[in-house]
Amino acid sequence: MNFSLSRATLIAEADLVGIAGERAVCDRRGVLYFPDLRLLAVSDLHLEKGSSFARRGALIPPYDTGATLLRLQAVIADYQPRIVVSLGDSFHDGGGAERMHSSFRERLEAMMGGRDWIWVAGNHDPEAPADLPGETVRELAIGSLLFRHEPSKTRIEGEISGHLHPCARIVQRGRSVRRRCFAGDGGRMIMPAFGAYTGSLNVLDRAYAGLFRLETLMAYMLGAERIFAISGSMLRPG
Amino acid sequence: MTEQPRLAEQNAAVLLPEPFVKWFGEKGWSPRVHQLELLAKAQSGQSVLLIAPTGAGKTLAGFLPSLTELANRPKRKPGQAHRGIHTLYISPLKALAVDIERNLGKPVEEIGLPVTIETRTGDTPSHKRQRQKLAPPDILLTTPEQLALLIASNDAKRFFEDLRYVVLDELHSLVTSKRGHLLALGLARLRAFVPDLQTIGLSATVAEPDELRRWLVSQASPGAMSELIVVTGGAKPDISILDSEERVPWAGHSARYATPEIYREIKRHKTTLLFVNTRSQAELLFQELWRVNEDTLPIALHHGSLDVAQRRRVEKAMGENALRAIVATSTLDLGIDWGDVDLVVHVGAPKGASRLAQRIGRANHRMDEPSKAILIPANRFEVLECRAALDANYLGAQDTPPLVNGGLDVLAQHVLGCACGAPFHADTLFDEVRTAAPYASLDRPTFDRVIDFVATGGYALRNYERYARIRQTKEGLWRVSNPAVAQQYRLNVGTIIEVPALNVRYVQAGSRGAASRGGRVLGKIEEAFLETLTHGDTFMFAGKILRFEGIRENECFVSNAPGSDAKVPYYGGGKFPLSTYLAEQVRAMLDDPQRWKKLPEQVADWLRFQADKSVLPKRDDLLIETFPRGNRYYMVAYPFEGRLAHQTLGMLLTRRLDRAGAKPVGFVATDYALAIWSLADMGWMFKNRKPSLATLFDQDMLGDDLEVWFADSWLLKRTFRNCALISGLIEKRHPGKEKSGRQVTVSTDLIYDVLRSHEPDHILLQATRTDAATGLLDVSRLAEMLSRIRGRIMHKNLEQISPLAVPIMLEIGKMPVNGEADETLLMDAATLVEEAMGPEMMD
Repeated sequence: MNFSLSRATLIAEADLVGIAGERAVCDRRGVLYFPDLRLLAVSDLHLEKGSSFARRGALIPPYDTGATLLRLQAVIADYQPRIVVSLGDSFHDGGGAERMHSSFRERLEAMMGGRDWIWVAGNHDPEAPADLPGETVRELAIGSLLFRHEPSKTRIEGEISGHLHPCARIVQRGRSVRRRCFAGDGGRMIMPAFGAYTGSLNVLDRAYAGLFRLETLMAYMLGAERIFAISGSMLRPG
Repeated sequence: MTEQPRLAEQNAAVLLPEPFVKWFGEKGWSPRVHQLELLAKAQSGQSVLLIAPTGAGKTLAGFLPSLTELANRPKRKPGQAHRGIHTLYISPLKALAVDIERNLGKPVEEIGLPVTIETRTGDTPSHKRQRQKLAPPDILLTTPEQLALLIASNDAKRFFEDLRYVVLDELHSLVTSKRGHLLALGLARLRAFVPDLQTIGLSATVAEPDELRRWLVSQASPGAMSELIVVTGGAKPDISILDSEERVPWAGHSARYATPEIYREIKRHKTTLLFVNTRSQAELLFQELWRVNEDTLPIALHHGSLDVAQRRRVEKAMGENALRAIVATSTLDLGIDWGDVDLVVHVGAPKGASRLAQRIGRANHRMDEPSKAILIPANRFEVLECRAALDANYLGAQDTPPLVNGGLDVLAQHVLGCACGAPFHADTLFDEVRTAAPYASLDRPTFDRVIDFVATGGYALRNYERYARIRQTKEGLWRVSNPAVAQQYRLNVGTIIEVPALNVRYVQAGSRGAASRGGRVLGKIEEAFLETLTHGDTFMFAGKILRFEGIRENECFVSNAPGSDAKVPYYGGGKFPLSTYLAEQVRAMLDDPQRWKKLPEQVADWLRFQADKSVLPKRDDLLIETFPRGNRYYMVAYPFEGRLAHQTLGMLLTRRLDRAGAKPVGFVATDYALAIWSLADMGWMFKNRKPSLATLFDQDMLGDDLEVWFADSWLLKRTFRNCALISGLIEKRHPGKEKSGRQVTVSTDLIYDVLRSHEPDHILLQATRTDAATGLLDVSRLAEMLSRIRGRIMHKNLEQISPLAVPIMLEIGKMPVNGEADETLLMDAATLVEEAMGPEMMD
């Protein structure tokens, strides 16, 4: 493998998880990186969610797009991926890209430069984002992997999806800790939502019924400094 | 002031219309001095604050000015337009408004007054509200939230144009909260509609009556005050501390040891009111009493989380004197008439002298007979506190909290409400708002920022102009942009934020929900508690032992678990922190062995042991003990400043100890003490001044350390959530859809994080910090303490735990450990997985 030193130190062998034979890093910041493909996947950016709420009268701070892009910029700078896949719901609604403040648009275009950028269509943003480069697709197959927004009902090995915003909850010493997480069973992986204003849904919720092999389900919970791999049997609903 | 009975008697005939004099005569009563005095002052056009103990005829006094005026008012001629409201009565409790309707209706009917009295609360059906708008009653009994709604309607001015009096009941309890701020702003608005409006405040005894007097009148001339009438006396209450034959426990809040003795007292009295500080204490006491209730006396339970219908049943039974005892939390604190209560039992320490006095006032509504009360301390520190409170009550000490400046979140809500009513000019509204006492010192730039916030969110990134909720017309008037804004406002009015809670519903044992819906709802429990439960856990609620079956959407399913013990306790001690005044009294008592004679022998012994093994702190000193135990080192401090201040102190000290290399592991705070444990020997460190205790407890911890900790604290996030809801940044409810599912809403925690990193000076963050400093963190109290103990820290490095340290050491393990330890918990869970995966763990 041909990593630059700075990138190589980001990846410890122990942090690699296998998905249908491909090796990936579950980054604690909520992105998935495939070193062999130099591909970075990020899901549910929900850009312009703030202004989408503002349109309906809830004037929540208009800084979510900026915050989300800053964090994305940081992981892209660290991994220098050749391909970035945004796994759908990149914008909170169809008008999001148009409403985006020019300074944010410039920031986004800057990080898109020099690499392939794939917008996977999501339920919030089924159409290609207005006036932005990048290719919009329904789904994307690379090697043994299949990237799509919504996890499919029929099991597909190697499927990487988002949409459900997984989080997991544990209880230790009478206290409850809930965190966003990657949820995987070795065959498929559902990614946490990345956007600053995105909420989350417990992996034990009905919405996930039938998606995972429960015996091998793992939640990779996002910690402040690292990922915590928690086996499905320790998780709590709610 | 009130001691002019003869003059008052002569005045009675002058002041009271004939039918009133006759009615008093028929009843064999004569109007009380303060009733006439209040009437005279009101008739001369003044606003009045009446401070009187329970049973002094406060309610009638408050309404006499209205009733006499209405009695003399010419009848409305047929065809003449309906007159507006004459008197508005506002109480903190719906139940109180209903109660007053009944109590006031009686004399009105007997005197034969042509006066209509109606209530308007959240429970009033909409057709009745509509009717009230068209044909208003003479006297409307309502709550602060309903007033806010009335003000925000576009016919508000007409509705209130005939208003003469606003009667504010239980004013002492209203003014201390954000409800009070909203109400003060509402009053300012009413005064703008009706400049010669008069207010009549009814209050229990408070520490600073002048604050309430200013609150009642316009502050257009700064410092203006209402008239004041104080009714002193009432018979001295007969209060005792239970001198138990049982051993008083070291720690805990249950007072279980005293159950048989409490039961004996219930049997000896007609009706006993048992007060506790928290819902969990209420549940536990109720269970314990029924366990020994061999005569199956009717003993009931009442707290705010129970289903409403259940609560109403209990209240009704109480009114009919059908109960022998009722276990209650603060829901019953306020002035509802509860039949013939002849004993008040206070379980747990009262936490404040004024609170104790008010609760004892519940017993025996006849002012001239002494109320009877028994205090039941739940642990040894509470024995000291009860003793101190008891001495204080006899001295008539008052420790109601001082009033704080009005919240900016409340102001934002009010500004939007005003715009919903009618377009306003910023200059005019600013002047109006400043007539309300809590906002008297508001500056114009802040006010303008609030308006900006209401309009577009007030962000430096001016992105939301096109979504503005209020806009300025060419004439400079602010008006709502569209009707949806007003509709939204109406659904979100008020300042009472409910903790996220789930319905608790009965199902068959073993079922996880779906199949067995439709069981009875027992009440509501906080989500935070339910989240820690796992299937099969048992806990106490609604007077039953319940088994947790699972959570489905917004419901928690439980089944009956008779015979089992409740495994999972509610956490938390008292809801109210120990008042500064009582804390001082407790410290004084510790320092004065003479006063120990009044204490039960076993408690006095405990203090003597402490003097022997360690030392007792001097009145103004801070005692700090250090000792090793197990493989940890402990530091116990005894500031007696209340749980909130101790919690904040614990957070800050652990940061500092961490920097000093003490490797602190956790801490626990009670009302009396703070214990921190660590891996390094803190006793050795302090002795060798690495760091010295003076450095460790230096006031500068309230600077940067506080700022840093503030930034990420869950306490701040919780406070921010309240501010965001009250200010209307996010909605409590939206027309047609209740919030559901975490993934479709934006959590306020996320908004907080984003706002803090992008616009830390935003007005809502400013409001949040102010709130947190006065509320959950009690920073001001901590600051006072740190300044008091400078040069007065007494360090005792011990070989082993001291007697005084036992109570707090027993709390360790029972209370959740404080600190930002989420990551540690995750680490534990992840490690368990790793261990479980290891070969030697497989069996």
